[in-house]
Amino acid sequence: MTKSLPWWLRDLLWLALFVAVLVGLAYGLDAIPIVGMAYYNRILVLMGINITLAVSLNIINGHAGQFSLGHAGFMAVGAYFSAYLTFYHFAPRLDKMPAGTEQWLMQNVFLVIAVLCGGLLAALAGYLVGLPSLRLRGDYLAIVTLGFGEIIRVFILNIDKIGAARGFSGIPHWGNFFWVFLVCGLAIVISWRLVQSSVGRAFLAVREDQVAAEAMGIDTTRYKVKAFVIGSFLAGVAGGLYAHYTMYLNPQTFMFVKSFEVVAMVVLGGLGSISGSVVAAVILTFLPEGLRSVKDYMPGGRDPRMVIYSIMLIVLMLTRPQGLFGRRELWQVFGRKKKRDQSEAPPVQ
Amino acid sequence: MANGNALLDARDVTIRFGGLTAVSHFNLGIQPHELVGLIGPNGAGKTTVFNMLTGVYKPTEGQIFVGGVSTHDFKPYQITALGMARTFQNIRLFKELSVLDNVKIGGHIHYKYSAAAAVLKTNRFHEAEEAAEHDAIELLKIFGLENRAGYYAKNLPYGDQRRLEIARALSAQPKLLLLDEPAAGLNDRETRDLLQTIRDIHKRFDIAILVIEHNMELVMELCERIVVLNFGKTIAQGTPGQVRENPVVIEAYLGEPAEAAGI
Amino acid sequence: MQEILQNLLNGIAVGAIYALIALGYTMVYGILKLINFAHGDVFMLGSFVGFYVGGYAARHLHTTGGALGWGYAGLVMLVAMVVCGLFGFLNERIAYRPLRNSPRIASLITAIGVSFLLEYGGQFVFGADPKRFPTLVAPHYIAFGGLSVTNYQIIVLVVAVIFMGLLQYIIYGTKFGRAMRAVSFNFETASLMGIPTDRVISMTFIIGSMLAAVAGILFGLSYPTINPLMGIMPGLKAFIAAVLGGIGNVPGAVVGGLIIGIIESFIGGSPLSGYKDAIAFIILIAILLFRPSGLFGKYQAEKV
Repeated sequence: MTKSLPWWLRDLLWLALFVAVLVGLAYGLDAIPIVGMAYYNRILVLMGINITLAVSLNIINGHAGQFSLGHAGFMAVGAYFSAYLTFYHFAPRLDKMPAGTEQWLMQNVFLVIAVLCGGLLAALAGYLVGLPSLRLRGDYLAIVTLGFGEIIRVFILNIDKIGAARGFSGIPHWGNFFWVFLVCGLAIVISWRLVQSSVGRAFLAVREDQVAAEAMGIDTTRYKVKAFVIGSFLAGVAGGLYAHYTMYLNPQTFMFVKSFEVVAMVVLGGLGSISGSVVAAVILTFLPEGLRSVKDYMPGGRDPRMVIYSIMLIVLMLTRPQGLFGRRELWQVFGRKKKRDQSEAPPVQ
Repeated sequence: MANGNALLDARDVTIRFGGLTAVSHFNLGIQPHELVGLIGPNGAGKTTVFNMLTGVYKPTEGQIFVGGVSTHDFKPYQITALGMARTFQNIRLFKELSVLDNVKIGGHIHYKYSAAAAVLKTNRFHEAEEAAEHDAIELLKIFGLENRAGYYAKNLPYGDQRRLEIARALSAQPKLLLLDEPAAGLNDRETRDLLQTIRDIHKRFDIAILVIEHNMELVMELCERIVVLNFGKTIAQGTPGQVRENPVVIEAYLGEPAEAAGI
Repeated sequence: MQEILQNLLNGIAVGAIYALIALGYTMVYGILKLINFAHGDVFMLGSFVGFYVGGYAARHLHTTGGALGWGYAGLVMLVAMVVCGLFGFLNERIAYRPLRNSPRIASLITAIGVSFLLEYGGQFVFGADPKRFPTLVAPHYIAFGGLSVTNYQIIVLVVAVIFMGLLQYIIYGTKFGRAMRAVSFNFETASLMGIPTDRVISMTFIIGSMLAAVAGILFGLSYPTINPLMGIMPGLKAFIAAVLGGIGNVPGAVVGGLIIGIIESFIGGSPLSGYKDAIAFIILIAILLFRPSGLFGKYQAEKV
């Protein structure tokens, strides 16, 4: 798998390897005979979805420097639209087919189509939200994106066909460990390759100094919108998988609290650090689960998890506003001490 | 119509902010390979002219042509694509990015490809990236910064930051380079070095350069032609010798302490 | 016609509450350029202080007809103002001041953190279930040319106008107000001129939080069901009101609050009532696209 192979073949081989590993894991994990494996499996899958969300938001917030508080909105668009397609169009068709390999195959084909369509609609929403961002400064944009997320939610609440306030139930359980982690892996690769390219450099330039970026021939408008479109597409796909895994959607899930949760992941990891987003998403998925038992020691069984969560966020910002890894990646943080050759020479103060 | 082969042609450019006329009836033509200086006392409107040329401000009246194209409806990035690049008076590097990335971003218009090509790492991606890397390193070598390619831009000493900004602008391969007070904040020695660097790049890249300077000495020594602004009006232009002798210029500059004017 | 007037009246009553909250947003933004996300939750805190103090008073006093009466109502409001003012002071001191020279995003996220802390801390301490706000003043209806007006609506209006007038006086009629305007105009120059900027900022937070407390009590009076998450929506809408009026602009915040209240009231009475919570955001997006400086603000382009 070297440079001598054509690019498409090289990537295909890597993809095949990744798929094989995932299939192995999917079956292997189910086979582990621990009590409550289904519970752990569920948390793992939710973790995969959270990683996808964090990595995708990091493209918008961390790389392009556009502070978005509307990620839950994009996720909701993807979740609801894909669920709508599956529930009203794909599932009835699948039910008519005889059970067997062909049905199984079509189920996964339908899932991919539904989820991709969800992602595309979310990307369209991202495009529309990205447009006003051209004229707005950071904190205004935060409010606009937050408002956008709320508008989406209010609209969902008013559409009876997708459950309105009751929630959307009866979505088939097509999503699983394999699909969630395939998308998660792809999201990481996409984000990583982007930031290593001229597109990613343009994102970073916009983040660092818009006026200078513009003077260097970068169409800042275009790249901001691009970041929004890519980020919201991935969020929409994650939402679609979430819908097909939990089988039930409720508008309350997509309140801006969810957006904040994702923002907290990105900030904890360090704005702009992909591995930071991944690590933070893992921590913040498991932490609330770990804190679940704290509730039992509290008077009246009240749940202090979110209180701890918010105190952590404040303390983190006050003590380490750059997040765990700052703008660097995991290996740069740990590899720095060993590798001090001329190219990575210690910066002059 | 624009003057046939002029790189830059500003015609009767006027800009008003509210009731204040910051620059009035400004004219400037720059031919290929010229080295032109734009000087004037503080608040004469130099930077405003710069910002109009680069598309940050829109002139209220008059027209600007870059390479024969009217830039009236152009955004700054489109003007850069016409072959004009600039530096900033108060250094605007991409501080949290490496020196190398700064220069690569400068060459953005020449190494562009789609997001899909970036994600799939197509051949186009590899070609463009190799070219970008190669060109950036070459430029850094000219400025003696190749050993610092991996540094964060913000960690460079001040003088190097100024030079990096010029390298970044050159990376756009402009036909006309605009330098906004390149010597601001530099000491005498550094200013000497800078003078030499500007001369070098002028020769090596065969480009035209427009320098805005507060420091008369530097401009006198460097430029072939000088335009003097005061209160938004062009009060004189000509060779350094002519400008030096011009009584209107002397008066404009003697109106303020000689030290600040750099005479 | 009558219906229109009725909607208008209801809208003004809600809008006055939004306006009181909006004042806090606009003052803090004017000075620190910070969206104090926690401000809506200070409004909630004010309501809950009113709930506990009013409840305590009601249990220990002989009340007439279940209502506390004017004197005690005023006292409840005063306690709420003091508690919220103190909270505002500490909030700025502990959570925002250390970050004043950090990127703005850092303080924005901290503000979100404080907001969360109040919401979930509120759920943890007060309990997540809705509470019934004690009756401070006995309600009665006033028929007014075919309109039905409650005395609460009139109280809300009168109290809001009194406090807005007071604020106007503080800003334009006192030495502190002059210092505040100076800091808001140019932070660095003001501090060079010997204005104690830290103290001005502290005072701004205290005053803003006190106004939010007043809004919290007035809200509890008119809509007596309160819960720890009640500050989120009014907070966001008040912020939008501040942007609508031109952020940093005090009279603008009042006008913006009234406009949002009135529009919501009309939407609420129409077939589109389901979209009531979205309308404020739609206004926000429209305003930012077409007139980013708001109705009365000046827009400043970045210097190059």
